Amino acid sequence: MKKVELVDISKSYNKTDNVISNINVTIEPGEFFVLVGPSGCGKSTMLRMIAGLEEITGGTLKIGETVANHLPPNKRELSMVFQNYALYPHLTVEQNIAFGLDVKKIKKDVQIKRVADAAEMLGLTDYLKRKPRELSGGQRQRVALARAIVSEAPICLMDEPLSNLDAKLRAQMRSELRRIQRELNMTMIYVTHDQVEAMTMGDRIMILHKGEIQQVGKPIDIYNYPANPFVATFVGSPAMNLANAKVNPKTNELIIEEKFSLALTSEDCLAFENRLLTIGIRPEHLQIAKEETAPKNKVDVKVTNVEVLGNETVFSFQIGQKEWSVKWSGQWQIKIGDIIPLEIDFDALCVFDGETERLIKKPSNVGSYTLQDEVRL
Amino acid sequence: MNTEVKNGWWAKSANGRTAILYLLPSVLLFSVFIFYPMLRTIYLSFYLTDQSGKAVLNVGFDNYAYLLQSPEFLNSMKATGLFVLYTVPIGIIIALFLALLANEKLKGIGFFRTIYSSTMGVSVAASSVVWLFLFHPSIGMFNRLLSVVNIPQIQWLLDPEWALFSVSLSTIWMNLGFSFLIILGGLQNIDEHLYESSRIDGAGYFYRLRRITIPMLSPTLFFIITISLINAFQSFGQIDILTKGGPSQSTNLIVYSIYREAFVNYQFGTASAQAVFLFILILIVTVLQFKFGEKKVHYQ
Amino acid sequence: MTMSLPKKIGLYSLLIVTSFIVFFPVIYALMISFMTGPEIMQGRFFPQSIQFENYSKVFERLPLLKYLLNSFIVSAGVMLGQLIVCSLAAYAFVFLPFRGSNFVFYLFISTMMIPWEATMIPNFFIIQKLDWLNTYQGLTFPFFALAFGTFLLRQHFKTIPVELHEAARIAGISRFAFFRRVILPISKTSLVTLGAYGFLTTWNMYLWPLLITTNDSVRTVQIGLKQLQSQETATEWGVVMAGVIVVIIPTLLLLFLGQKQLQKGLSQGALK
Repeated sequence: MKKVELVDISKSYNKTDNVISNINVTIEPGEFFVLVGPSGCGKSTMLRMIAGLEEITGGTLKIGETVANHLPPNKRELSMVFQNYALYPHLTVEQNIAFGLDVKKIKKDVQIKRVADAAEMLGLTDYLKRKPRELSGGQRQRVALARAIVSEAPICLMDEPLSNLDAKLRAQMRSELRRIQRELNMTMIYVTHDQVEAMTMGDRIMILHKGEIQQVGKPIDIYNYPANPFVATFVGSPAMNLANAKVNPKTNELIIEEKFSLALTSEDCLAFENRLLTIGIRPEHLQIAKEETAPKNKVDVKVTNVEVLGNETVFSFQIGQKEWSVKWSGQWQIKIGDIIPLEIDFDALCVFDGETERLIKKPSNVGSYTLQDEVRL
Repeated sequence: MNTEVKNGWWAKSANGRTAILYLLPSVLLFSVFIFYPMLRTIYLSFYLTDQSGKAVLNVGFDNYAYLLQSPEFLNSMKATGLFVLYTVPIGIIIALFLALLANEKLKGIGFFRTIYSSTMGVSVAASSVVWLFLFHPSIGMFNRLLSVVNIPQIQWLLDPEWALFSVSLSTIWMNLGFSFLIILGGLQNIDEHLYESSRIDGAGYFYRLRRITIPMLSPTLFFIITISLINAFQSFGQIDILTKGGPSQSTNLIVYSIYREAFVNYQFGTASAQAVFLFILILIVTVLQFKFGEKKVHYQ
Repeated sequence: MTMSLPKKIGLYSLLIVTSFIVFFPVIYALMISFMTGPEIMQGRFFPQSIQFENYSKVFERLPLLKYLLNSFIVSAGVMLGQLIVCSLAAYAFVFLPFRGSNFVFYLFISTMMIPWEATMIPNFFIIQKLDWLNTYQGLTFPFFALAFGTFLLRQHFKTIPVELHEAARIAGISRFAFFRRVILPISKTSLVTLGAYGFLTTWNMYLWPLLITTNDSVRTVQIGLKQLQSQETATEWGVVMAGVIVVIIPTLLLLFLGQKQLQKGLSQGALK
């Protein structure tokens, strides 16, 4: 277990434009830390800088307590799993797993034991004598994993390790990876472009966009309180609904896309006055209007598309220039063209400053439940 | 801070320093056995030399002037040009024909491919000796065949009118295997789907050959044309064994001419000047290959 | 795809006829090598009986066994030298990016424009000065570095995922160990192709051995053939052909075994 500290890390290939800038984060010992972002956001570059495969052009990288900027990769005490697994095609599974140990001149009997343990843990015991090309994608992935495990390095780096697997296997490997990480108590730094992987696996996740940190935090906090509209739309599926809005101080109303309005308390009204706003609401927080709903907060929408998924129903409608979606659990008999009355709950809204894009109001009603409150004995 | 920077530079140049180590053998050998000798050849071409190859007298461009007036050299250039003209186009057409034939999916095709490529395994010396016998005036196979059909015998290698043709014929055979292998490789690299889609469109064999095979094969063909040209310019063994440049110098190809000038007549200066001519000829061919081979021919 | 029967028959007869023509000189040489002098004079194609007399004669006439051994040593030497020198260079081009690598690359390309025959005069004197006339070094060293071989291997090395190199760096293996333990074993097929090519071309080399072997000590079989042909009178063609057959058997075998490999490798190294 070791921590990894990035202080003001930046990367530039031509000395003028940074592809990564101002990265400050401390990855705690034993943490499962996920770097997530769209392709080209710099997440892999960052991982490779930590690994020592790319040069760091600015800032300080500390692994444990030592400055690691100029350490060669093998001196950083870490292991790495690559997207294409990087298995040596001419070696058997066993030799592949033991390769790093052999290089480090670890005794043969220790090697054999460690390889056997790792193989056992990943269910590879029967395949030790095979060559990589005789294995399925999932098995290859496990060999790559086993190679990282036997090194007993305190830090493990993974670069999109699951993206070459099919969906079912991916889901299975997600939980298995978490289990192994917990069991071995490794510090894991995991790169993915898949927000579902990030949400389900990370203790904390960092969202990168255009080489800059957008937000770092626990998955659920990021989901509930996205720091800016980019994060809001990147995390969650379907994406958070966004719209432009402004306050009408005369009527104490929030005007959304100049289409419909929402009553505000005078405090809120004061807080948001005179600036451009972007508001966001998760599709599941758009409720069907009830009888007691104030007519002001009610809006009739025309359905433009419906997807019924068995356990949930997603439909969309047009609001100004934007298309919004709504997600309700259960199977709803909705047809395209239906008019549905919706209620917008101000407490469920995220409000972002239109210019700085910062989150200025967190939603207070996010539909979160705790067992004690729900189960009344 | 200073050491930091130094470290950075030292670390950054690590690849370069290691690379030099790995490239050193090649660079060293190229320098000693290719670059230096080439420069030396050019240098010698401006000198008269003694028998041990030492440059004795700077004569400027006299060696070149002498060559350009020498009927022997002009004759050698003419013979070389004709030889190239006889061997390259015909050789490639035959190789292409055989490669197309051997690219059909038939049982046992591997056997035929091996046979077609076999001449690559027969050395120039060995094949020259065999062809020498085939061309033999009295017991050679060719003249026996001619006598069977009552055609007067031909002095294949002894008649100045026929010698270059005969040498060309044997050379075509010697180079066939290599050209065949290269062209077959090119044919097999053509995407099978192209043929399938053209078959769906109802294209016939020759239409496919003209519109798919030849255009897709053009980089390979261009490459093999270049290599064949260079090979033809460099031919030596068959001349040395079959004709020794004769009769009446009709087969005195340029490399053979250089060889005789240098190692029989010990005229290293004029021999070097001839070598420079050879270098220029091949330079032109390769430059053309780079210029046109890269751009125009690729996939139209 | 199915082929109609007439088309099949047509193709097969074409294949058989052309194969016979192409292979005829070799078969003919083989037939002659079994014949006695009078048989050859009669102009027969098939020998009356298979006689190995010519073969024993050719080994008496020439130190052919010694020549074969020389050829083998020289060819194997050039092959090994080329494999080592070319693979080192190709590795540097692919896995050690450095400033100026393009320049070195063009230097390599430029060697392909210099015909070997244009440099043979100074090369002869270099070997003479090194006192390498009539030595194995003289026959092999000048051919170790080969631009074509370097490109062929470079082409194959480029298909190796760069992650393999990175994984090895993280494991802490040195560059040379990576080269020896990972790159070379993975590239076995390309190395075999280049090896076969190198062996074949060296075995068949004619002009250079002619220049720098002045006695029998390291003389190769190709020069032996020239000697044989020039010292024999017309009646002894059987012996000459026996020599030819002995000389071409190793390379023909090599070609038959490695034809597929060679074809793939040559068109790869040549075209990309």
